[in-house]
Amino acid sequence: MASSANSKAYWSVNLRYLTVLLLVWFTVSFGFGILLVDQLNSIRLGGFKLGFWFAQQGSIYVFVILIFVYVRLMNRLDKKFNVDEE
Amino acid sequence: MSVQVWTYILVGISFALYIGIAIWSRAGSTKEFYVAGGHVSPLANGMATAADWMSAASFLSMAGLIAFSGYDGSVYLMGWTGGYVLLALLLAPYLRKFGKFTVPDFIGDRYYSNTARTVAVVSALFVSFTYVAGQMRGVGVVFSRFLETDITNGVLIGMGIVFFYAVLGGMKGITYTQVAQYCVLIFAFMVPAIFISIQLTGNPIPQLGFGSNVVGSETALLDKLDGLMTELGFTAFTDGNKSKIDVFFITAALMVGTAGLPHVIVRFFTVPKVRDARLSAGYALAFIAILYTTAPAVAAFARTNLMETINNKAYSEVPQWFETWEDAGLLAWSDKNEDGKIQYGPGKLFSEKKPVFIDQEGFYGQRLLNNDIDRSNQNELFIDNDIMVLANPEIANLPNWVIALVAAGGLAAALSTAAGLLLVISTSVSHDLVKKQIAPDLSEKGELWIARGAAILAVIVAGYFGINPPGFVASVVALAFGLAAASFFPAIFLGIFYKRMNREGAIAGMLAGLGVTVFYMMRYKLGWIGGPTTSEDWWFGISPEGFGTVGMVINFVVALTVCRFTPRPPKEIDDMVEDIRVPSVK
Repeated sequence: MASSANSKAYWSVNLRYLTVLLLVWFTVSFGFGILLVDQLNSIRLGGFKLGFWFAQQGSIYVFVILIFVYVRLMNRLDKKFNVDEE
Repeated sequence: MSVQVWTYILVGISFALYIGIAIWSRAGSTKEFYVAGGHVSPLANGMATAADWMSAASFLSMAGLIAFSGYDGSVYLMGWTGGYVLLALLLAPYLRKFGKFTVPDFIGDRYYSNTARTVAVVSALFVSFTYVAGQMRGVGVVFSRFLETDITNGVLIGMGIVFFYAVLGGMKGITYTQVAQYCVLIFAFMVPAIFISIQLTGNPIPQLGFGSNVVGSETALLDKLDGLMTELGFTAFTDGNKSKIDVFFITAALMVGTAGLPHVIVRFFTVPKVRDARLSAGYALAFIAILYTTAPAVAAFARTNLMETINNKAYSEVPQWFETWEDAGLLAWSDKNEDGKIQYGPGKLFSEKKPVFIDQEGFYGQRLLNNDIDRSNQNELFIDNDIMVLANPEIANLPNWVIALVAAGGLAAALSTAAGLLLVISTSVSHDLVKKQIAPDLSEKGELWIARGAAILAVIVAGYFGINPPGFVASVVALAFGLAAASFFPAIFLGIFYKRMNREGAIAGMLAGLGVTVFYMMRYKLGWIGGPTTSEDWWFGISPEGFGTVGMVINFVVALTVCRFTPRPPKEIDDMVEDIRVPSVK
């Protein structure tokens, strides 16, 4: 069935987007904000230590950006596979 | 004008606004009552979600918590925002496509089982009740602090207001009042933060002031604060006391728990389309981020101000606000070395949680304590976390209207969250229990009346717990996140992303995840099983707050294992999963 093949292709691109975006999500919070915080703290960002900044500011900004990037990617993908709502 | 007059005016105006909106947006059908008819714009839903999400605890307690825990406070900041990424990417769009009313609806249908539905209903009720009791208490505390009524009257007034718009308007009334409440609470949080940021760093944007130099010097604010703290023997503000593994697990539990909380998920059923669900999660997090990136700045400002104003000052010279908050029982001083000055340092003033005053004043006019004073350290000060946001404007000498604004904001935060939770409770009862399981041929009108009745009952129970809080409420909020992480998140996630997941696997997974998490909390947090414990006894050094992550992993492992040995889900379920994965098929 053509529509089912179309859906499968759509889903696999979606999964690829999710993997990349969640990798970024993990890196900025658990990576920079927690696991690598001591190493990053030796670098300064204005009056902040970088690791501390990621834990209390940076990761949150990145989270917001990630969602909006996903919104754009998916809106385009919906159109491309012709599965968007009118 | 005095703070009290200002408070009456600002709280009065905001309440009139909420009631006006409630009358304008009455619900006429179950669809309007449960999901506001599904016609909410993504922007409005984003604001409503933000207000729903940010509770009395976010508004009143979080900045204080960070002020006293420094880097360790990051777990709340990342945990309570990072969950929205999971929601937007992994859950919200698909649940919107599924297109029913509640989380138990999805679990019950996807796993073709009323047992699964019941497990979900019980978890939803438990999580929501724990949470709502804290909100009603928050309403009471704000009232008693600012309007000098007692807590009981405060809770009763709060119940009256929530009753009015939650029972009349359902989700529709709640959504539009939440939009108003978001505006009130964010304005109330930002105004004092901006004032204080200018005072301390000259930069009007708190997020930037946080990383700027102190006015008139070349030292960065955070370096100055670290210096002040280490000088007195505290850990530096930008370092933590918690172990890395514990920070990791708590953050993960809060993130996944956020994504699994029913009152948050249900908000994404209210928008018209799948792409609106994605977008409104983005708006929601952006609106939440405004407060969550300001809170740590407020924390650092407040801690700096507090240490500079109080430490080593003679009690007779402290500003007026010290006595005000001493009277409220949120500050206490005991002159251990009898020099008449306040010494502030690490360690507890007394072993109890709260100060107990005897009705007598000391030599300097301070309230004398009946607590068991801990003489193993030099610290002479007790400070309640909540004071940081409440007293911050006074400590910084801000005008009276700003102080009153904080009261109105705290009430907005508590009421909006309480209303969202009450709706989940009433829906779980009327829809998931009565309509789906007990009386399937109930008419729409009948269901609506049961929903309203359940909402009334829930308001009363919540109010009761607000007035007589069970001792374990505070610790149980951590439990709520752990339970949501260990039960809902894996079940919903697998339901969407793994077609092979079946009824047996999902139920076994939820029960195993819940069981282990509840056991761990009872054993190591509440001490109900096997007597008192210390952090030495924790498994792998993971605190009960972070154990929800382990519960979630156990849920996944058990679910995936059990589903291998049990029959595949029926063909219809396969089609249903195919269907929710794609926004629309032409």
